[in-house]
Amino acid sequence: MTVEPLAPVAPSRVFIAILLRDLTVARRELPYFLVRTALQPILFVTVFGFLLPRMGLIPHGYSTTMLPGVVALSLALSAIQSVALPMMQDFGFTKEIEDRLLSPVPIHLVAAEKVVGGVLQGIVAALFVLPVARLIMGPIPGLSFRNLPLLLAVTILGGTAFSAMGLYLGTGIAPQQIGLMFSVIVAPMIMFGCTYYPWAGLSHVPVMKWLVLINPLVYVSEGMRAALTPGIPHMPLLMILAALVLLTALFMFLGLRAFDKRAMS
Amino acid sequence: MNAIETRSLRKVYPAPAIKKRRGVPAPAAPPSAEIVAIDSLDLAVAEGEFFGVLGPNGAGKTTLIGILTTRVRITAGEAFVSGANVTTDPAAVRSRIGVVPQRPNPDRSLSVIENLVFHATYFGIGRAEAARRGEKLLERMGIADKMHAKVDQLSGGQQQRLMIARALSHDPKVVFLDEPTVGLDPQARLSLWEILRELHDQGRTIVMSTHYMEEADQLCGRLAIIDQGKLLALDTPAVLKTKAPGDTLVEVTFDGDASVAADAARAMEGVSSAEARGPILRVFSKRGGELIPSLINAGEAHGRVVRDIQLSRPSLETLFISLTGRKLT
Ligand SMILES: Nc1ncnc2c1ncn2[C@@H]1O[C@H](COP(=O)(O)OP(=O)(O)OP(=O)(O)O)[C@@H](O)[C@H]1O
Ligand SMILES: [Mg+2]
Repeated sequence: MTVEPLAPVAPSRVFIAILLRDLTVARRELPYFLVRTALQPILFVTVFGFLLPRMGLIPHGYSTTMLPGVVALSLALSAIQSVALPMMQDFGFTKEIEDRLLSPVPIHLVAAEKVVGGVLQGIVAALFVLPVARLIMGPIPGLSFRNLPLLLAVTILGGTAFSAMGLYLGTGIAPQQIGLMFSVIVAPMIMFGCTYYPWAGLSHVPVMKWLVLINPLVYVSEGMRAALTPGIPHMPLLMILAALVLLTALFMFLGLRAFDKRAMS
Repeated sequence: MNAIETRSLRKVYPAPAIKKRRGVPAPAAPPSAEIVAIDSLDLAVAEGEFFGVLGPNGAGKTTLIGILTTRVRITAGEAFVSGANVTTDPAAVRSRIGVVPQRPNPDRSLSVIENLVFHATYFGIGRAEAARRGEKLLERMGIADKMHAKVDQLSGGQQQRLMIARALSHDPKVVFLDEPTVGLDPQARLSLWEILRELHDQGRTIVMSTHYMEEADQLCGRLAIIDQGKLLALDTPAVLKTKAPGDTLVEVTFDGDASVAADAARAMEGVSSAEARGPILRVFSKRGGELIPSLINAGEAHGRVVRDIQLSRPSLETLFISLTGRKLT
């Protein structure tokens, strides 16, 4: 018997096989995943969208401002974590990702698959948080799903930007510094991400209004506002979309570079 | 077409970064702290060969396999596997090879059988076919009872066998194994030898690094002996054995540094070379064991006491020691 060479495999087929591996693993961890990524936004919704309005400390209309921000936060937070955390295990001591790096495709496709997997998980988290938030807060005046193309654009661009950021952080940061990553990068990003207040509201503090523009989350939050609650003031659409495209490109570049460094010696 | 070809291959790892500490001046970096792991290596392995790479720790075996399996960047030179260039066409190389790493690196989020099934699907094999192959391979490797176990529940040797099964799950033309028998018990080692012979008989090219002379002698058609990234000898085991120095190797272990006795040993009649490594004095003798009393005296003259004496007839092992100054295991 002689060994015949394998017929060349379409890269798309390999890509899907690797994606299926990630989705299989993710499905098994779904409950933990939801707790990890959705608990924080849901707790916030409970306090600021339910308790405080009941006490009369916050006007009822606040839920309209908050809902898009919370959806944006769930999308971004889970996209970043779905890539960064597995990346640390994959490139850990035993280098488990090796069997995928040996698959017959360029290694950038393996990195790109991680990003796509992160976007899908971000969407799952956002789709979970949206109805739960609506349930807790009651009817939300001004909520509309009519602008579906914009909603999709913001979701996919925002998810990709944060997934790619996860790739960069997951491959660029030592596992011992993961706690630091959350307290120094993620926590401030949430607080100054225009999730719990609209960007227009920052006009009262002009310095902040310009400072927060370095925060990628701002554009996802404002994008969700533009798509879900078009009635309340939001950042100009062009500015949102341009920023998201630029951020996606930037983090993809940084992420792939860091991935290369770890993947080959 | 050669299964493997390298031309003036060179790999240099950059010097490890020296951490600066405040107040303490950074130590002056030595002029060449970088590590030359592979040095101007020219190799050609024909299709269907069983090729062995022998070398002591740090010789560059894993680096060489890393380059050929597209996992390590080349510093200079070229390398081809099945005609594909590892630098410019790595995906084509990967589609033709199976790799067993030195340290098992299974996908710990998946079960044993899933490790094989998913890996095969990365090569375009359908799930049903992949599952069928996976079960057969687990049976062949003797770990079919662990099919649905988590990989963390496998022993080190069982993980090693899983790695071998995984490397074969997509039916590669060329199989690379980096010290595949290290963690295996004697029985498992013999059964792996049998599997490797079978793969070879099926027309596959096999490249294996090892520390075990006997294994290299028994399995490999040709052997490359490398040390510090350089090729020291390359031939069939039979020819290499005839190249071993025709002298008997006498190894005397003292209770302390043996270098004090080395000069005296070199001056003795019938000694072709003598060298001390820590407490061990290695002497190639044309007079067999006759030298032993003089060697003992040479040590005792400096207050050393003999702990152990060993005689080795010319063999691959003594050739290796004469080439590298080091023992394999
Ligand atoms: N990633 C790396 N970065 C820096 N130096 C490295 C790296 N990998 C290997 N080296 C160095 O390159 C040299 C060759 O190492 P290699 O792992 O190829 O040896 P080996 O023959 O496989 O050894 P062993 O028998 O111990 O497995 C060694 O000096 C090692 O310290
Ligand atoms: Mg090695």
